[in-house]
Amino acid sequence: MKLRVDYKASLRLVGTVLKYLAVPLCFPLVVALYYGESVLPFVVTMAVTVLVGIGLERLTDEPDIGAREGFLMVATTWFAVTLVGAIPFLIEAHGVPFVTSAIHPESTLGNPVNALFETMSGFTTTGATVLGDISFDTHTRSIMMWRQLTQWLGGMGIVVLAVAILPELSVGGAQLMDAEAPGPGIEKLTPRIAETARALWGAYLGLTVLEIVLLYSLHVTGNAPNMDVYNAIAHGLTTMPTGGFSPEARSIEAFSAAAQWVIIPFMVAAGTNFALFWHVLTGEPKRLVRDTEFKSYLGIIGVISAILAAVLFVGDGLVSVAPAGETYDQFYLEGVRTALIGNVEPSIRQSIFQVVSIVTTTGYASMDFNAWSAPTQYGLLFAMFIGGSAGSTGGAIKIVRWYVILKSLRRELFTTAHPEAIRPVRLAGRAVDERAIRGIYAFTLLYLVLFFVSTGVLHLDAARIDLGLSVLESMSAVAATLGNVGPGFGLVGPMGSYLDFSNSSKLYMVILMWMGRLEILPVFVLFTPEYWRR
Amino acid sequence: MHIRTRSPTERYDRGWSNVRVIIVGAGQVGSSIAADLDATHEVVIVDCDPERVDELNYSLDVLAIHGDGTSVDTLEDAGIERADMVIASTDDDETNIVVCATAKAVSSAFTIARVKNTEYLRTWQHSEKAFGIDFMVCTNLLAAESIVRVVGLPAARDVDPFAGGEVQMAEFEVDDDSPVANQTVSEADRFDSLTFAAILRNGAVTIPRGDTIIRPGDRVVVIGSPQSVQGFATSISPDESPGTAEEVVIVGGSEIGYHVARLLEERGFKPRLLEQDPERARELAEQLPGTIVMESDATDIDFLEREYIGDADLLVSALDSDEKNLLVSLLAARLGVERTVAVIDTTPYVDLFEAVGVDVGVSPREVVAEEITRFTREGGAENVALIESDKAEVLEIEVDADSVLAGRPIRESVTSLPEGVVVGAITRQREFITPRGDTVIEPGDHVVVFADSSVVGDVAPKL
Repeated sequence: MKLRVDYKASLRLVGTVLKYLAVPLCFPLVVALYYGESVLPFVVTMAVTVLVGIGLERLTDEPDIGAREGFLMVATTWFAVTLVGAIPFLIEAHGVPFVTSAIHPESTLGNPVNALFETMSGFTTTGATVLGDISFDTHTRSIMMWRQLTQWLGGMGIVVLAVAILPELSVGGAQLMDAEAPGPGIEKLTPRIAETARALWGAYLGLTVLEIVLLYSLHVTGNAPNMDVYNAIAHGLTTMPTGGFSPEARSIEAFSAAAQWVIIPFMVAAGTNFALFWHVLTGEPKRLVRDTEFKSYLGIIGVISAILAAVLFVGDGLVSVAPAGETYDQFYLEGVRTALIGNVEPSIRQSIFQVVSIVTTTGYASMDFNAWSAPTQYGLLFAMFIGGSAGSTGGAIKIVRWYVILKSLRRELFTTAHPEAIRPVRLAGRAVDERAIRGIYAFTLLYLVLFFVSTGVLHLDAARIDLGLSVLESMSAVAATLGNVGPGFGLVGPMGSYLDFSNSSKLYMVILMWMGRLEILPVFVLFTPEYWRR
Repeated sequence: MHIRTRSPTERYDRGWSNVRVIIVGAGQVGSSIAADLDATHEVVIVDCDPERVDELNYSLDVLAIHGDGTSVDTLEDAGIERADMVIASTDDDETNIVVCATAKAVSSAFTIARVKNTEYLRTWQHSEKAFGIDFMVCTNLLAAESIVRVVGLPAARDVDPFAGGEVQMAEFEVDDDSPVANQTVSEADRFDSLTFAAILRNGAVTIPRGDTIIRPGDRVVVIGSPQSVQGFATSISPDESPGTAEEVVIVGGSEIGYHVARLLEERGFKPRLLEQDPERARELAEQLPGTIVMESDATDIDFLEREYIGDADLLVSALDSDEKNLLVSLLAARLGVERTVAVIDTTPYVDLFEAVGVDVGVSPREVVAEEITRFTREGGAENVALIESDKAEVLEIEVDADSVLAGRPIRESVTSLPEGVVVGAITRQREFITPRGDTVIEPGDHVVVFADSSVVGDVAPKL
């Protein structure tokens, strides 16, 4: 059989990306030096990634990237950086043979499957964790910072970053970015794709820095005692990519209300199309308020938050007795009930924070929403399918797709009554191409089918090892990994972890996160024979 | 200040008979213009068909020359160096543009071009004098506008578009039954973007105040956005003017059909447009968000009945062939459509079609010929409309920094202007702004000003 995909060209570019992965690895290295921790996890990883990268680059001299090679390159890149990115976690748990012993042998990431899960969850900005214990007792500060950094690198996209920086990717760049970027199609902001990529990364970097500065200034002014420099940077690195990792075991609950209020708008910004920020900065601020998707996005957040805030305020949104074996106890529950019921600001804040976090697929939590009543949790489960805007760092189905689907359904109703009528589906006054609509239907259907099938798979596998997972928990685990949200409900709730799943389930979810980040099709297409032949 | 249209009037001071007009293209439009002008102007007509040239030399009091209007030699034969005006009216847009550009290159004559393609018109409106053309007339757009005028404002005596159609000025007669009769202006003014510019009573022009009473028999002049003028038309005579709830069906997605739909959309109608060709139908549906486009043959009786086309109040037939338009109009009338309008390409058929049963026939060529003739006669009054034979004038001006209007609220700036001046409408970057006392006019805005003739001379320089 003759392959019709120039896989060498794809792998060569994967090599280039891997080679440059050594540069961001310098950041945790510096953190390690600062705290006097071992630098070996990072030095070894840098050596591996550079060597593998250079090796792959030798495959061919002239990479010619077409549409097919683009899919392969993007999908492979994400898997390759995950493999390499897991190395520091493994070294921390096992040490390097003949050189050094383990730093924290008790780390749950010593299991390679766990390390892979944690890294994929990082790069895909999911934020689902398999750490047994989130604290600096079982992990070094530098390792925890690397965990945060994987999310920041994955947020705007590793390939987009590569296109921005590497001149050899400029020609096929649009192809590659299209395969990676969330949402249907990419918007070229400038004639040169590399400049577009740089503009997007510039906005991303700028917002990240702004958030770090704001969070730290809260600390300096005494409004957020726990938000020291380390935490400000760590959370800055996982808000803008809609990541959700936190070096604090209690996620954002560990911080003051002021810090929570500062994080909310940055999560909202992270779920916004970054092209809009570029328009605002280049003197077209009107584009932001005129954008249909942005308006719908704010509207959806507003409506769901308002409903949940009301439910929390009157007390119906919280359970009254903590069941045994939950991630919270009666004492915690009493505290939450006293804080929320009848109090306006906490109800609104907790509602908005959780809704924004879930809709944008960030996955932070400012309280353990396992303590929410079942109907309220279903509200959040529903929100997991909405997703951020196209061109944001958020996951799931995306607002613009839902918008187009709803409008085209309305059109179906109209054309049922008037079969001859021609009605284009309009997005902000512009007609949407019928092929694009078909693509959106196909994606959404595939997403939902994958969700149901995967729920079944996970539920069965959990029953096999007697995990005692409820259907809601299984559904939330799939929605949270496929949609790159992070936390689900119950066992996998915001203060829980995915640690208890079997290795096979974890590997399955690694694939789900990978497909979810690349929006399924670029990964799925690799498994069709038509892709490789003819 | 700068009045957007150069008025060639001053050059006519020598008297009408000396004005030399060269017309290139002696088709229906060209010869019709020539026939209208030959008594008052010195007309030279150029065409490449020798037989046509011979015929015109005998039938009209003009000089007909055989030749190619785009060549300098031919134009020189026609006396371009002494010409005051060149009218390019062939059936080909590009030829007309080249004729004007050539004429501009070798002379200082005022150039008028007739085009079909609205893109050219848009380009020209962006920067007037583009292509060396001083005045451009777009056949399809004019025809559509005249259909919409018939359709939309039958109660109006006169409608003039300003600022590229964003602003309309209309004159209405108020009769005894009209709901606004015996109301004050402030009572009658229920529309956001409408200004009462003048009331014409017994041959005198009054600039209305809020407490001026509108009497039966008055003629009121209003300036505003097309929707508000439409709304006012409905309120002034509910029986005659179709409300926007009325059903309009346009048959045929030709350029004219498209523009009719677009203009009706602008006025708040929700027309239906039938087009047979799937691709064209899709294209139209994308361009016309407020129109329901249907892909069907307009002679398909089943379809017409299923969609209750017979209940429509008005049907505009804008297909490519005259015969089809006749057929569709007659069919529609039989199904029960109240009024039918047909686009008729061959001008002589208009009377015939109207005799057979089409309610209104509109000939694009005739409309264009009329417009060019009117323009030539009136001396370039494109954006300067005259009301009631010179009693008042409407000027469209682009405000610059030196204008008394610039940079302050209208309430203040009118104090430095004489009585009898009304700021009727403002457009900023093609968007309509309703002038109110506290509106601040910015340099670059286009302002439609209504002024009593007696003060126009004083006002113009200040603006």
